[in-house]
Amino acid sequence: MPEYQKFEHDVLVIGAGGAGLRAAIEAASVPGLKVGLVCKSLLGKAHTVMAEGGIAAALATVNSADSWKVHFADTMRGGQYVNSWRMAELHAKEAPECVHELEAWGAVFDRTSEGKILQRNFGGHRYPRLAHVGDRTGLEMIRTLQDHGIHQGIDVHMECTVVSLLKDGDRVVGAFGYDRQRGRFILFQAKAIVLATGGVGRAYKITSNSWEYTADGHALAYNSGADLADMEFVQFHPTGMIWPLSVAGILVTEGVRGEGGVLRNSLGKRFMFDDIPENYKSQTADSEEEGWRYTQGDKQARRPPELLTRDHVARCIMREVKAGRGSPHGGVFLDISWIKERIPNAAEHIKKKLPSMYHQFKQLADLDITTTPMEVGPTTHYIMGGVRVNPDTQMSTVPGLFAAGECAAGLHGANRLGGNSLSDLLVFGKRAGKFAAEFAKGQSQGKVDMAQVDSIAKETLAPFDRVSTSGSTGEGPFRIQHVLQEKMQELVGIVRTEKEMVSALDELEKLKQRASVVAVDGNREYNTGWHTALDLPNMLVISEAITRAAIERKESRGGHFREDFQNKEKAFGEFNIIIRRGPGGAMQVVRERIPEMPAELKQIIEEQAK
Amino acid sequence: MSSATFQLWRGSGADGKYTTYTTDYQEGMVVLDVIHKIQAEQAPNLAVRWNCKAGKCGSCSAEINGKPRLMCMTRMNEIPVESPVTIEPMRAFPWIRDLVTDVSWNYRVKKQIKKFKPRPPDNPDGTWSMSQEDVDRVQEFRKCIECFLCQDVCHVLREHNLHEEFVGPRFFVYVAALEMHPLDTENRLEELVTAKGIGYCNITKCCTKVCPENITITDNAIIPLKERVVDEYYDPLKRLFRMFRSK
Ligand SMILES: Cc1cc2nc3c(=O)[nH]c(=O)nc-3n(C[C@H](O)[C@H](O)[C@H](O)COP(=O)(O)OP(=O)(O)OC[C@H]3O[C@@H](n4cnc5c(N)ncnc54)[C@H](O)[C@@H]3O)c2cc1C
Ligand code: SF4
Ligand code: SF4
Ligand code: FES
Repeated sequence: MPEYQKFEHDVLVIGAGGAGLRAAIEAASVPGLKVGLVCKSLLGKAHTVMAEGGIAAALATVNSADSWKVHFADTMRGGQYVNSWRMAELHAKEAPECVHELEAWGAVFDRTSEGKILQRNFGGHRYPRLAHVGDRTGLEMIRTLQDHGIHQGIDVHMECTVVSLLKDGDRVVGAFGYDRQRGRFILFQAKAIVLATGGVGRAYKITSNSWEYTADGHALAYNSGADLADMEFVQFHPTGMIWPLSVAGILVTEGVRGEGGVLRNSLGKRFMFDDIPENYKSQTADSEEEGWRYTQGDKQARRPPELLTRDHVARCIMREVKAGRGSPHGGVFLDISWIKERIPNAAEHIKKKLPSMYHQFKQLADLDITTTPMEVGPTTHYIMGGVRVNPDTQMSTVPGLFAAGECAAGLHGANRLGGNSLSDLLVFGKRAGKFAAEFAKGQSQGKVDMAQVDSIAKETLAPFDRVSTSGSTGEGPFRIQHVLQEKMQELVGIVRTEKEMVSALDELEKLKQRASVVAVDGNREYNTGWHTALDLPNMLVISEAITRAAIERKESRGGHFREDFQNKEKAFGEFNIIIRRGPGGAMQVVRERIPEMPAELKQIIEEQAK
Repeated sequence: MSSATFQLWRGSGADGKYTTYTTDYQEGMVVLDVIHKIQAEQAPNLAVRWNCKAGKCGSCSAEINGKPRLMCMTRMNEIPVESPVTIEPMRAFPWIRDLVTDVSWNYRVKKQIKKFKPRPPDNPDGTWSMSQEDVDRVQEFRKCIECFLCQDVCHVLREHNLHEEFVGPRFFVYVAALEMHPLDTENRLEELVTAKGIGYCNITKCCTKVCPENITITDNAIIPLKERVVDEYYDPLKRLFRMFRSK
């Protein structure tokens, strides 16, 4: 009989990135409510810490023409209109207040000359809109939330991985996990659960994501019967490092382009001027001169084409590489050093505005970005798809189960704008915490089925048994993960075709077989092999969800590009693709109509299109 | 492709020893890549803590050839490989397994430091005004990624084990960030002397030397804090003033 450490909470938040911390703080503000917070790594190390460029919010400190309406319209245009318009509306309206809240908790943003919060340009945002701290905004955000959160009476369980949610009838009532340090089992009882587990990037070979991004929250939700939405929309960020090989994928912030960095091919040409999508033409600079003025704050100038949406920039880079105009290691050049032609003390200016980029290249690639262009190429960065939630409350289709942040779907539609994730975490983390607390108040603790828990525990330990009984013949987990990453990159990557994706489904089936007999050595103490073995099923089922949704969407839109259906189709703009676990466990793919947008919002979009 | 030999500190509890691994590595690899390679090919249950692999989270702290560093930001071509490269866990914290230590003490310490307490908002819309010059100084301290390498190297913790009386350089940086925050109104100077043990620091500057974020811990955080403590607590006029005020 396995042993369990038991904890009871009213609200249990799984994940301590921006979304989870914000949710926990909000829930804990309800007097008498007991809130637990679980995370796989140490507190303050979640992926959010890596965010660089900034938080998008229409504070209008740099350009007074900005307002929630413009932010709303930008977000919908970027998402190619398959976003949840209600989430986009709430997000645009509530983001400024959330940023001010961070300041009240001690965040120190860069300032304008009048002493207000400074905002920077970013792709797809009409006005300078990203509140930032150099290029380490995520660190500022997570540290502020952490340092505030530790004084709110939240019980934090660090280095603890949740492997399964527990249900009583329809409703979630708890979670089962293990502590990574000692490998002991933990049983959480909770009246409401918030998933804030982040993304899925570790299913791909080239990614900017950390090891934590193994799709756990997506899989926990799916396995407990919740709907997932928009899984076909994966964002490939146009600028990741490509050399040296061992650091390939590490992000080069869009802030480099916001500060005046330009993309060039091997012929030295600024190729982004070659292909500007129709719906962005009126907002895009038509000369290099105008683009430069925009980055330097000229309100009359339009943005340079380097700051078009990420999906478009990523594809233009692929096009240059395919046409043989790429850089020596298979990318293109991103040059910020050229600004020395325009401003005095350019080197100092770059170091001040982009300190972590300067260090990253200096330390990892032996390259000085103030004198030399960087080599960059697309990297798997973000998943727009996730748990389908009620736009106001963030509750999933399973009662008592909420989701916020990257693991939830809706706000970003087919393509996320830079900076809209950090604001998403705050706005919807806060909402999820609030409504989870409300839900919990109306409930008593549910009943946990101990027989089910025992069987999950047994399953969790199975990889050890395979070694002792079969004399270490089972395959280790790292190899399987590696093959998965290669296959997803190759077959369900930036450019997709039906044929390749169907073969991906076969490959995933084979990998599932291999993963079902995976074996690990050693004991339960901080055993990374064991941890990876338990992550595999999550990555596999969510890779399948991505692939099936991508096959279903027979058009190209935002982050989803089909070589066999290269155009956007009006008919496909009318629904979202939903993935759910059917009776008997087979994966179902369902088209769900997008609700009609209210007239006021339609009008805003029309006005902003001018 | 080059090859190198590593001595990794392995085991748990009372059972620790160096285990030797030899492996190939490619141009541009960092130490953490090599550790992952060893883990994937030779030692699947090797315990190592990491997260971002981009020098941003402060998880992968270890002692490489005896020097506290981030494994993900140490390139192989920066370290001598003629003799075996030793990699050990941070020694100033309780050991868990292989390269992983229990750093939870740091989290407990932080919780005891009085939190940020801002002055009332400056503007009717609930916001504050601050100039960039005012925030520059705290921004340096707020770069801290909590890798705890400075804690690991500080002799007060490492050799004298004064974890109960001394919070360590990381938390002097933290207190400095709060004390010098343009909006903060809390006073943490008294506890710096009584509970946080700032007096134990004899300005060896070892912490500053290992900080991967290049925070000038000693000169910019610890020394100014020490000066403030002196001004506030050993200045006879102020002491007199405090006596009256407390009546
Ligand atoms: C390099 C980089 C730069 C970026 N820059 C920006 C930017 O400038 N602006 C912007 O808006 N966005 C940016 N993004 C995107 C943004 O950082 C992320 O989308 C966002 O931080 C996700 O936050 P989150 O709270 O949803 O999840 P995370 O911060 O990833 O947190 C997930 C949490 O869940 C926990 N967890 C996961 N699985 C489990 C489990 N099974 N059991 C227990 N706990 C679990 C993890 O331990 C972690 O604590 C960037 C992303 C990257 C990679
Ligand atoms: S300067 Fe002070 S805090 Fe830093 S290592 Fe030396 S004694 Fe420790
Ligand atoms: S001050 Fe520097 S060395 Fe110390 S924990 Fe912070 S980043 Fe690490
Ligand atoms: S893994 Fe994040 S700092 Fe090294």
